[in-house]
Amino acid sequence: MDNPLKLPLLMKQNKRKPLEEDRALSSESSRRRILQVLWHGIGFGFAALWILPFVWVVRTAFLPKESAIGSGWSWGWTFDNLIHVWHGAPFGQFLLNTLLVCSGVLAVQLITMTMAAYAFARVRFAGRDLLFMLFLVQIMVPPDILIFSNYQVLNEMGLLDTKLGIMLPYFASSFGVFLLRQSFKQLPNELDEAARVEGASRLHILSRIYVPLSRPIYVSFAIVSVSFHWNDFLWPLIVTNSEENRLLTVGLAMFAKSTESGAQWSDVCAATLIVSAPLMIGFLLFQRQVIGSFMNSGIKG
Amino acid sequence: MIAGWSEKLRRNGFGWGLVLPSLLFLCLFTYYPMLKSVWLSLYEKNLATPEPIFVGFGNYANLLKDPVFIKVFGNNIWFAIGTVPTSLGLAFLMALFADKAMKGRGLARLAFFYPNMIPMIAVANIWLFLYTPHFGLFARLASWIAEQPINLLGTPNTVMGALMFMMVWKEAGYFMIFYLAGMQQIPKDLYEAAAVNGVGALASIRRITIPLTMPTTLFVAVVAITNSFKLVDHLWIMTKGGPNNASNLLLYYIYDTTFNFYDQGMAASMTVVMIVLLLVISSMQFFGWDRKIHYE
Repeated sequence: MDNPLKLPLLMKQNKRKPLEEDRALSSESSRRRILQVLWHGIGFGFAALWILPFVWVVRTAFLPKESAIGSGWSWGWTFDNLIHVWHGAPFGQFLLNTLLVCSGVLAVQLITMTMAAYAFARVRFAGRDLLFMLFLVQIMVPPDILIFSNYQVLNEMGLLDTKLGIMLPYFASSFGVFLLRQSFKQLPNELDEAARVEGASRLHILSRIYVPLSRPIYVSFAIVSVSFHWNDFLWPLIVTNSEENRLLTVGLAMFAKSTESGAQWSDVCAATLIVSAPLMIGFLLFQRQVIGSFMNSGIKG
Repeated sequence: MIAGWSEKLRRNGFGWGLVLPSLLFLCLFTYYPMLKSVWLSLYEKNLATPEPIFVGFGNYANLLKDPVFIKVFGNNIWFAIGTVPTSLGLAFLMALFADKAMKGRGLARLAFFYPNMIPMIAVANIWLFLYTPHFGLFARLASWIAEQPINLLGTPNTVMGALMFMMVWKEAGYFMIFYLAGMQQIPKDLYEAAAVNGVGALASIRRITIPLTMPTTLFVAVVAITNSFKLVDHLWIMTKGGPNNASNLLLYYIYDTTFNFYDQGMAASMTVVMIVLLLVISSMQFFGWDRKIHYE
């Protein structure tokens, strides 16, 4: 039997217990909060570190020449570098060429990949599986590795130093075919049959049903393709040797080489900014789609 | 019976017709160049021997004796070892950070991913500037740490490290995207169940997130390794493979051999080595490892 006198004590104990638990809990939650703050601090610290190089370049691009090489901080800024660089090399021409090559490659790719993807997804023809394996090879060994022999092929065709020559190796994209085939396969077969009963031809079905329903995949592929060809360097460098066929990346490299002489960093930074700006602006405007399309294109089969 | 045959024929014709345009370009710029490389790699053709001479595997034997090739090959392997695990690890952490709902998440994603939208050649310019002795941000930092002026790109011991650092900066955000995609496919109730059972945040990352993103890790690892053998643009701007080939990589050496030394036989045999290497790496994804990883 408990001593009635003990009762208040017991009650006190009972009361104290949740209090202790509470304290433990609150110390646990404050520990968690500290960890979270720490984690966010590290994360945003890294993000800041990642932005730093670009900020540095932008700053230098807009900095008057005298202050760019000085060690102190300067608040002065100017558009002179950008204007100077724009007139120093035919960047307008380079930009036009790049636009032309990117859109040309993409246009042809969209057609070839739509055709092949439909065949692989919905037409049963002899040798399909073998051919499909063969297409895999381009994903494993992309044209950039084959610069040496592709250059010779182009030479044999007499297409060196032409924009067509830059584009040609990329007119067929196995990667695009795989991506699109996956999307075509996910469309219900009934759609196909219903349309066929209505008397639609297969090409009609392809262009009226398959293509519109796969629009997100087309957008994804377009973004990945354009950003690849906008940034490509070695192949355009090898193929072209005249200014009217050069792309932005090659133009930038030539410009940077020619100004290596001294502290012309503000010019090089300005040129770098000019070359990177179009894609960067596009990326900032459509970041959701861009990141989404890189995500989409990564999840394969 | 006859109708069946003609139907079959039509279907086959239709299928092949659709594949034909792609096949044509693939033949011209993938299969034919590959076979041609194999063929040319059996011949000696350079400035000294303008008429090709059949040498069998002579070019490959010469590759094994070429100290530059061995060095470049080693460089490339070190480059892969140095960059791939680091960028993958960072990408995973970045994705963890950018996956959680909170303010500024979009900004963090943006910050991590944007290097991928900048052309490699522009990235090379940016980092060349950052590494320039006296002016560059990182050069100043390195000199301050070492307490003496350092030319990061001009010293054989530091050049690879400097280039790897740049590469991780450029690529980690790209791999983060794949991890983000992978993490979003993990069912949320798994984490809730773990939390109810008193599993801490770190433990649930270790026991749920890491195992369930294994397929992503495999995919990204293959992409990253193949990438590390394809990277070459930055060398053109930053080091030209120097000093003393300390930063030279395979594809740049092929480029050099082709267009500066005009040694066709050697360039072809190196291309073949590269093709085999890439085929082996990517087939790990397609045939081997993929089945060993548990998907759920």
